Order: sequence, then structure tokens, then C-alpha cells
Amino acid sequence: MKTMKTITIDPVTRLEGHARIDILLDEAGHVENAYLRVPELRGFEAFCVGRPVEEMPRITTRICGVCPEAHHMASAKACDAVYQVKIPPAARKLRELLYNTFYVADHAVHFYVLSGPDFVVGPDAPVSERNVFGLIRKVGADTGRKVIEARAKAQELIKTLGGKSIHQVTSLPGGVSRGLSAEERSRAVEITADLVEFGKLTLKVLDDVVLSNREYLDLILSDAFRHETHYMGLVDEQNRPNYYDGQVRVVDTKGKEIARFPGSEYLDHVAEHVEPWSYLKFPYLKRLGWKGLVDGPDSGVYRVAPLARLNVADGMSTPLAQEQYERMMSTLGGRPVHYTLAYHWARVIELVNAAERAYELACDPEITSPELRILPTATPKEGVGVVEAPRGILFHHYVTDENGILRSVNLIVGTTNNYAAMSLSVKKAAQALIQSDRKVTDGVLNRIEMAFRAYDPCFGCATHALPGQLPLEVTLRDSRGGILERRSSP
Amino acid sequence: MASGEFRPRIVGFLCSWCAYSGADLAGVSRIPSSPCLTAIRVMCTGRIDPGFVLHALASGADGVLLAGCHPGDCHYSEGNFKCLRRAIALRQLVKAFGIEEERVRLEWISASEADKFARVSVEMEGTLRGLGPLGWNEPTPRAEAEARREAHAEA
Amino acid sequence: MPKPRLALYWAASCGGCEIAILDLHEKVLEVEANFEIVFWPVALDVKYADVEAMAPGSIDLCLFNGAIRTSENEHLARVLRERARTLVAFGSCAHEGCIPALANATSREAIFRAVYHDSPSTANPDGVEPQTVAMLSEGIEVALPEFWEEVKTLDQIVDVDYYVPGCPPQAHRIWEVVEAVLSGGPLPPKGSVIGAGQETCCEECPRTREEKRIRQFLRPHQVIADPSRCLLDQGLVCLGPATRSGCGALCPQAGMPCRGCYGPPPQVRDQGAKMISALASVIDSTDEQEIQKILDGIVDPVGTFYRFSLGHSMLRRVR
Repeated sequence: MKTMKTITIDPVTRLEGHARIDILLDEAGHVENAYLRVPELRGFEAFCVGRPVEEMPRITTRICGVCPEAHHMASAKACDAVYQVKIPPAARKLRELLYNTFYVADHAVHFYVLSGPDFVVGPDAPVSERNVFGLIRKVGADTGRKVIEARAKAQELIKTLGGKSIHQVTSLPGGVSRGLSAEERSRAVEITADLVEFGKLTLKVLDDVVLSNREYLDLILSDAFRHETHYMGLVDEQNRPNYYDGQVRVVDTKGKEIARFPGSEYLDHVAEHVEPWSYLKFPYLKRLGWKGLVDGPDSGVYRVAPLARLNVADGMSTPLAQEQYERMMSTLGGRPVHYTLAYHWARVIELVNAAERAYELACDPEITSPELRILPTATPKEGVGVVEAPRGILFHHYVTDENGILRSVNLIVGTTNNYAAMSLSVKKAAQALIQSDRKVTDGVLNRIEMAFRAYDPCFGCATHALPGQLPLEVTLRDSRGGILERRSSP
Repeated sequence: MASGEFRPRIVGFLCSWCAYSGADLAGVSRIPSSPCLTAIRVMCTGRIDPGFVLHALASGADGVLLAGCHPGDCHYSEGNFKCLRRAIALRQLVKAFGIEEERVRLEWISASEADKFARVSVEMEGTLRGLGPLGWNEPTPRAEAEARREAHAEA
Repeated sequence: MPKPRLALYWAASCGGCEIAILDLHEKVLEVEANFEIVFWPVALDVKYADVEAMAPGSIDLCLFNGAIRTSENEHLARVLRERARTLVAFGSCAHEGCIPALANATSREAIFRAVYHDSPSTANPDGVEPQTVAMLSEGIEVALPEFWEEVKTLDQIVDVDYYVPGCPPQAHRIWEVVEAVLSGGPLPPKGSVIGAGQETCCEECPRTREEKRIRQFLRPHQVIADPSRCLLDQGLVCLGPATRSGCGALCPQAGMPCRGCYGPPPQVRDQGAKMISALASVIDSTDEQEIQKILDGIVDPVGTFYRFSLGHSMLRRVR
């Protein structure tokens, strides 16, 4: 009778709470497969039907309380498209200012709190140290305070622009409901200048702790954490990332552009696959088709989010970020970079880029213009809004009746785009790291989680990563799935 | 009445000065009105909080009648206009919840209109017999199955 | 003296309540210094099995956010109720259902159909759906939590000690609750709403209110509202009159009407019923047809009056 051992990581930690990994080992102790499974669904695509479309920028923020800004903007843009209205330039700049400020705060949370401990404290460090407090002890309380302060300033600006720091309300079809007074604008200039300095600080932490550490560079460049996939991201006319708006650009595993389209044409390019063992769907490129959970040039699997955005780009829109982009690409062997752990580096470059861009916008003379709204006059029908959420490209697609009441809603959300790639990363890491002749330690399981963590899942939680035991439960099953034995670690 | 036959339950919020008196008069005059109606006396239909109506429907009522003085005759001058507006909003709301609008009915019945009260109550009983029970809080078969599965899992 | 043991858990939620705790900024370090955090799946490496192994009553305070959508959410609610001496429904989802409870305006079947079949981007010719028990190609069975027909609030599953409302609760309100717990002083009676005000949102709103005579309801994108006057006066449906104070009336100050995320005011059983009662009082007409026409301007009664409170409402779901 064939026996298969299961190692379950439930839940995966320092990222989205509701996910689990099931690692299947054959009799020889080799990893046969590893499944990343998502046990939750809420159903926005169904329960938003019947709602007035202009309410969607305030309803869809509740898809995610970590990146509500992303949904708020994608939704507002979809609403603008539904009503066929072009918002005033000042409104666009205000939305973009809010959005770039959010990018700084959000990327910082992931870097310092979620993924940081793995690098700053070390992937094999004891669990009691491998958290934000261990990180603060390592980098110093001064840096820790600066991180909290930077985030507080960013949240202050977001609250001014968005009405609330979590679940913004100010964007609606035709523009934004409030602007910046002269005083508020001065404060915004102050805050965004501080965020640029914070970006430089974060670059220094990255340099000192990760990039100058040979062991980490080896880890980043190791095959266990490498996948050759396609990449997708939003770019401006000069092929530089723009998180708020742009054309969708797709490059192949060699970095060659294979598609460039407006977000409204997403259905021609992207489809989603369903499996019975997870509530989450798997987006893939239609032109290549769903070939299963495999990477390579013939697979429809693509990646999104920071590394992908830099892979589809020819450069960055701001000077310091451009410098760092060139440095990263030359260090890692040129575009496209297939090393999953390089996501962390790309994320810091984006943090700097967003801070520089936010500062530009805060200083823009038009940003205090009172022209913030256009009242739509066209009959509402259908629209797609696309933005780059920090965790990946985000599509909101609405169809309404002639009264603007929603008839159907389709969403492809950030992290979801990376689901296939994350699954591959977990499996490959598990296969490389779990060998029959080696003990499966906590450090090994953590490195498997690092393969997932690099993608920065939907949820980020700040300072409460505290000492605790990584649980390990081993279940021995026979070939019919019956349980032979269960063992748990203390 | 055969056992098992559906007997609609109507909650009637009747204003003291007009509709309740009209209902009372129907009783005293032995004009047959529906035995399905449970009367709740309020001083004025303006007192009727929409929450009362929803509570009634959620608690087992199949229909709710709101009855008060004719427009212009309200003892408190404008209370029944408030009720008029609330009733229209209520009908719109219950319809959005998937409850037939006919289950919430507004009528103006004066203290002397015993016949009208009787007629309205009997009509409403007939309407509700046609619509069938509301059974708002009765569990659906699926909900019952879920409850059984969850109880089993927790055991 | 050992530190009080604190647990935080998120059920069917968006994570905003956890981020709201992060918005305590430097004060969150004080929370960490004063509590022993024993269970917080999104941040701690503590497993479900570990908390299941904890003794009843061994957790002093549990902040539970998120609605009850699946069997896993329900199971954790029961597990934590047994182990926590004080269980708080933290945030709108746990309190009254919030946005996930809008799913009670549709059905499980409609959700699965929309997500896995009708979605224009979904290629699913074999009609595959996530299964509560599925067989992997390796011959191993795996389970997914069951997706219940109806979204429930925390108190519809277990006994709840306190409610902290808001979507999300504002950081300064969360801090009030933390301070109250740490002070060791007497807490309000069981079942109270804490970390919020005792009035309506209107009391916190700086806009000027005049006598209301509504002839028409407008939707936010149809008008550029006067920034100093009450939004409801201007015909925009604003749930301020039927919403508990506590947030500081943030949305009206940002130019957008309140949508009720702090739940009903004290002693109000059903937020939507109270709101339509308020609106009916200020409609300027006594003619039935005219009133109907004015009310037709409210295009989504369920989603407007019960945006956050559908789970706790009297009717709770749409048929």
C-alpha cells in the first residue's frame, strides 16, 4: 500500500491569514507536490449587483483594508468609464498623489514587518526573534521609530485627501469630493519630502542588511527561488511604471513585449482557471492557454507586482528610482529578472519611486485648483478601471443599466494574478529544501514560506509579529487517504 | 376550519381616535371582520415606527395593516401624513427585501367607518391567503441542513 | 503580575480592523508592552490547534473582527468564546455584518454562479466549483470550509460581551478601549457598545442644518454639494441621523454623505427602519403620487439603508 506523508502549514504567517500549504511527500521522503490553498470567499461580484455604481468606490474598498486605496481608485476609474467622463486634471493629480503616498506606506509595512525579519534577523533565526521586534533590535530603535513616523505621516496625508485613512471616500464618477487648501498643500509638500528621505533610509537598510550580505545574494540568485514566467504591468507612454494609470504591457520570459492594451480590453488577454481544492481562481494569459501549474515560455502563467512591473518597464519615472532600477538590473543579470526574492528589492525601488512622484505632485501648482468635479451627462453603460495595486494589477469591470445600477461585476484582484506563480514558488522551494536525508526544521519550513512571502499577499499586519512556535503537524495517510498516524511537534 | 389550513396572521396598527374606534364599532355592531387581525392601538399613525412593521413581519406576521384618520382629520393634525410617507417608504423597502408589497397596507378609516374596517380586514385576509404564509424566520431546508452539519462537526 | 493575555482573530473580513490597530502608531508598542499576545494568526506563528489546546477562560481579552461566512469562521468563534473571558465583536463585520453581509441580499448559489461560471474572464467549461471535500490528483482528499447560505454576525453564533463599532473603528476610539481595559476600572455593562459615542453622527458634523424640506433625492455624482450645508438638506441621502457618533463625522467633512458604518444610535434596533422613518419625516409633500416619485429617487433601499447593518437588521436577508 502506497503511503503519503502530509506536512501542513496552517495558517501561513506574516501574510494573509487565510491560506495554507499542504506538502505531499512520497514514500522516499521526496516532495511529490505542494498545494497553496485559499479557504475563503466573500462574493463581491455577486452582492454588488443591484448597487448604484457610484457607491462602488466606497463598497469595494472593503475587499481589502490594507490596500483599500487600490480598489477605491480602480473603482473610481471604472465609474468614470461607465459614465464616459474625463475627470479634471486637478482631480487626477489629487487621486494620484493619494495613491503614491499610499504606495510608500504599504510597501514599507511589507518590507519592515512582514518580510524584513527573514532577512534582517535571518531565515533560520529562532521564531521568537524572527519578527518585527527582532528586526527593531537588529536595526535599532531609532530606525523603528522612523518607520512608524513615516507611516503615520503617510496615513495623515491619505486621510486628508481620502476622508478616512482606511476605506477612502472622496473619489466618485467625475472627480473627487474635496481638494487641498493652501495650508494642507504645504503640509503635503512637507510630508512627501519626508517620505523621500524615508525611501533613502529604506534603501540603506536594504543595502546594509541584504545586498551586502553574500549569503542573501546567493539565496536571491538560487534556483530554488527562480521561475521563468511572463510578466504584466501598467506603463506610461515611455514604458515606465505608473501605478495609477497606463497601458497594460505584457512581456515574455525573454523580456520581449508580446501584448500592449488598454485595461478595457483585458478580456481578450486574461482568463481564469478554477480548481476544486481552493476558493481562489488562477488567472493566465489566453494566448498561451492554461497548461497547469508550470512555468516557462509555453505556459500562460504570468506574474505581477513589483518585480513584474520593473521587468515590463524600460526605466522609472523618477531619478533616484531610475538609478536603483539600473543598479538592480545590472546586478541580477539584466531584464527580465526571474528571481522571486528580487521582489523585495523591486519593492523598495518602487517605494522610492512613489515617494518621489508624490513629492512632484504635491509641488504641482495645479494641485490646489478648485476644478475637481465634472457632472456626468452620458447614459451609464459599462466600464473597466485598471490600476496597479501594490500586490499586482487590478481590474474592476462594471456593467450597469441605464440608471447606473449594477447588472454585473467582474474583478481580477492583485494577488490573484500571482496565484499560479505563488503555487509554483512554494512547490519548487519545498522540493529543493525538503530532502529525504535532511530533517525538516522550522527554518526549512520558513524558507518555503519565504517563497510565498516575497509576493506580499493581500494582508499586511504591522507590529504584532511576536514570539511563537511554528506549528508542525505530520499526518501519515495510506493511498486511499485513510489516516495511519498523526504526529505534532511541541 | 380544517387543521393544517393556512390561517394568515395580520397585525393591525390602528390609531386610537379613528381606526381603532372604527374597529371597535364594527365589533359592537356585529359586523364580521377578519378574526386573523390582531389589533394594536396607537394614539396616532404618526407613532408607527417602520421598525414596528418590520418586527411584525420578522416575528411571524403574514401582513401588516396601518390604519388611521383620513388626511386632514388627524387628531394631531399632521401625524397621518408622516405615516403616509413612511408607509410608501416601507412598501418600497419590503419589496426590495423580496416581500410582496401587498403585505403592508395603509388605509384611512374613520371612527364611524365600521363597515370599511370590516371590509378591509376581510380583503386583506383574502389577499394573504392568496399570497401564502410569509414565514420569514422559518429556516430554509438548506439552513436546516447546514445547522445539522455544523452541530455534528462541533460535537 | 503576569500581563493580560490578548487574542486577535479575523474571520470574513478585509483586514482593515487590524490596520486600524496599526494606526495607533507608536501607541501600538504600548499595547505590545502591556499584553501577552497569545493568538493572532496573521502575525503570530500560533496555529489553530494551539489555541484549541488552550484552557477555557485562559485568554483574558479577545478582539474578534470579521463576519461569520464559513464553517471555519464559525468554528473559531466557538473556540475563542470558550477560551476568552471577554469576547469583543470588533469592527462592523463582527458587530453587524458590514459589507460581507450584503451577500445576504443575494444567495450562495448566485455567488458561486457569478464567481465560477458567469464571470466573463473565467474559463470553466467543466463547471468546476470549489468543493468542501476534493480529491487531489495524488489521491489525497483535502477539505475546504463550508460556505454557509447566510452571513451571520458574531452574536448570532456566540455570546458577545462588548461591541466596538466602525468600519473600521477609528484609532483614537480603539485606544480608549485599550486604556479602559488596562486601567483595571469597572467596565460598562455586558452587551454595551464601547469605543464610540452615545449620540448620532449629526452631533459631530460641523455642517449647518436648517429645516429640512426634501423635494428630490440626489445621488452624490449628480450634484456638487455646498461644503458648509447639511448634505441631507441638499437632497443627498446621508445616514448621519441614524448612525451612532464616534468617528467624528469624517465622511461628510470630506464631502461625501455618511453611509452608517458605526451602526445604529443607542436604543435603535434597526438602522434602516430608523433612517426611512427620518427621511419620511422630512419629505416635503402630502400627495401620495408625489411622495412616491420623490422616494423613487432612492435607487437601492436595501444597499443604502443597510449598507453595513444588514446582518443585524430585523429582516437580515433578501428573499
